[in-house]
Amino acid sequence: MLEFIQQLVNGLSLGAIYALIALGYTMVYGIIKLINFAHGDIMMVGGFVGFFSLTVFKTNIVVAMIAAMLTCAILGILIEKVAYRPLRNSTRIAALITAIGVSFFLEYVTIFLLGPSQRVFPDTAFPIKAYNIAGLSILNKDVFVVVSAVVLMLILQYIIKWTKTGKAMRAVSLDQEAAVLMGISVDKTISITFAIGSALAAAAGVMYGVYYSTVNPLMGIIPGLKAFVAAVLGGIGIIPGAMVGGFVMGLLETMVSGYGNSLYRDAVAFGVLILILLIKPTGLFGRDTGEKV
Amino acid sequence: MQIKSKFIRFCIDVLVLTALFILVQYFITTGLLDQYYQINLASMCINIILAVSLNLINGFTGQLSLGHAGFMAVGAYASVVMTQMLGQPFIVGLIVACLAAALGGFIIGVPTLRLRGDYLAIATLALGEIIRVTLQNIDYVNGPAGILGITKMTTWPWLFGATVFTVLVVVNLINSSYGRAIISVREDEVASELMGINTTKYKVMAFVIGAMLAGLAGAMYAHFFYIIKPDTFNFMKSFDILVMVVLGGLGSTTGAIIAALFITALTAVLQSFPAIRMILYALILIIVMIYRPQGLMGNKELSRQIFGRIWGGRK
Repeated sequence: MLEFIQQLVNGLSLGAIYALIALGYTMVYGIIKLINFAHGDIMMVGGFVGFFSLTVFKTNIVVAMIAAMLTCAILGILIEKVAYRPLRNSTRIAALITAIGVSFFLEYVTIFLLGPSQRVFPDTAFPIKAYNIAGLSILNKDVFVVVSAVVLMLILQYIIKWTKTGKAMRAVSLDQEAAVLMGISVDKTISITFAIGSALAAAAGVMYGVYYSTVNPLMGIIPGLKAFVAAVLGGIGIIPGAMVGGFVMGLLETMVSGYGNSLYRDAVAFGVLILILLIKPTGLFGRDTGEKV
Repeated sequence: MQIKSKFIRFCIDVLVLTALFILVQYFITTGLLDQYYQINLASMCINIILAVSLNLINGFTGQLSLGHAGFMAVGAYASVVMTQMLGQPFIVGLIVACLAAALGGFIIGVPTLRLRGDYLAIATLALGEIIRVTLQNIDYVNGPAGILGITKMTTWPWLFGATVFTVLVVVNLINSSYGRAIISVREDEVASELMGINTTKYKVMAFVIGAMLAGLAGAMYAHFFYIIKPDTFNFMKSFDILVMVVLGGLGSTTGAIIAALFITALTAVLQSFPAIRMILYALILIIVMIYRPQGLMGNKELSRQIFGRIWGGRK
């Protein structure tokens, strides 16, 4: 039982990271119906910014995270402006292929600039401490990841529910044309969505780096895909769905590595995706909308 | 008259292909094409098979599949098990590779082809990865280490035969009534269903044939490069093939062939700068999609008419 709870604790922090990445996927999908394949790589860029901020500029972890979030917010806006905006009225397949292109571009420009090898966080950047609570060992990095993820999610909820920008975002995702008629600048709203989504991914990137104490240029691919699965699991386009989906994926993955074969870890995530797509493609929180001809 | 000119054109095709075959064979036997060029030649043929078969699924049927490398893996492993472990001749390996990949395509295609657009893309990507992870966990084929020291059986005649076979299958399929049904599914699924076309059947058919040909390419690959391991067939490989299809034009067989040749040559030239190669791929994808979303050739084919117009001779 104790071991099970320990696994639960481990899964919680992984789930928090997936949930943060999944939020960006789901927000972007909700607003322009695009699977932003490059999202995992934005997370990677965030991880690198965090790494350099911690090691080169010797900042503390909070500053590193804010730096990463700002950088990636700008990066997200740029990517949307350059690559996705010209394609807004073309087919979804074309947009998806472009997103794959952007993903490659970020990965290999990073490899080109920084080399393909992985970089290890020095111990001094984030000293690991373990707390012993009722027989459970809880690491300070777990606490850090979960607490900052929850704080970010609360801020996000505030922005979406209580601010004018959030209202505009909800309006655009509901009906873009009607939103234009109401005087909402769609371009600006989409830019802001990308900025927020990318900032969340960057925070997740710093957490992922601290959690596994390494960063490498291809580290965004697998967490990106898993977070995508999480977003689909919760119902893509639905924000609370992404949070729940992220935690479910994190827990599931830890349980599979803990009790089963860790080689199957990635296959399980994809298996979940196939199952949802076949059984309930709208996800756990999604409502069925009939197809209009 | 019609039949006669068709026959003459057929004869010209056969002559040109035979000449090409004999010429390359001559270069290989006389040693004019050394090992380096032979490797690139094999890559070109394999990439043509992969690009043309993926183009059948992505271009002609309009179903974006990102799991093509998975079927290639199935074919590669099936053929190697046949030739290396069960001691069968190469042709048996090839047939089993095709059948196994086609079966895989059928099993994956039937449930997933109900999905549309980007969902299908992700589902096929996931299934391709599941194939890879499953292969990693099968001890019979050495798990993640893969199989080494495969006897080299893929020679130029086999490569040439397989490539011509693939192109023939795809071109003839597209020019048949089945092909028209397949294209109608791409153009408008609802409308073609209303015209009485069983869209699921045609989607699965295109998917299975595409998978089968990818299996053939996998078998060719395995018996040329001595070694296969699951990681070779990850989703980066699927993206490689996608780049060729997108560049050549979604729905143009000749476009796919030209793009496969170009990308293989580009890969060979940039061998020592892998990062630059991938950045170029990325830029190709983005720029082609923004400025020419139908690909360089669109759905046009490079045909005799075009050559005729260039030379000004025939109509």
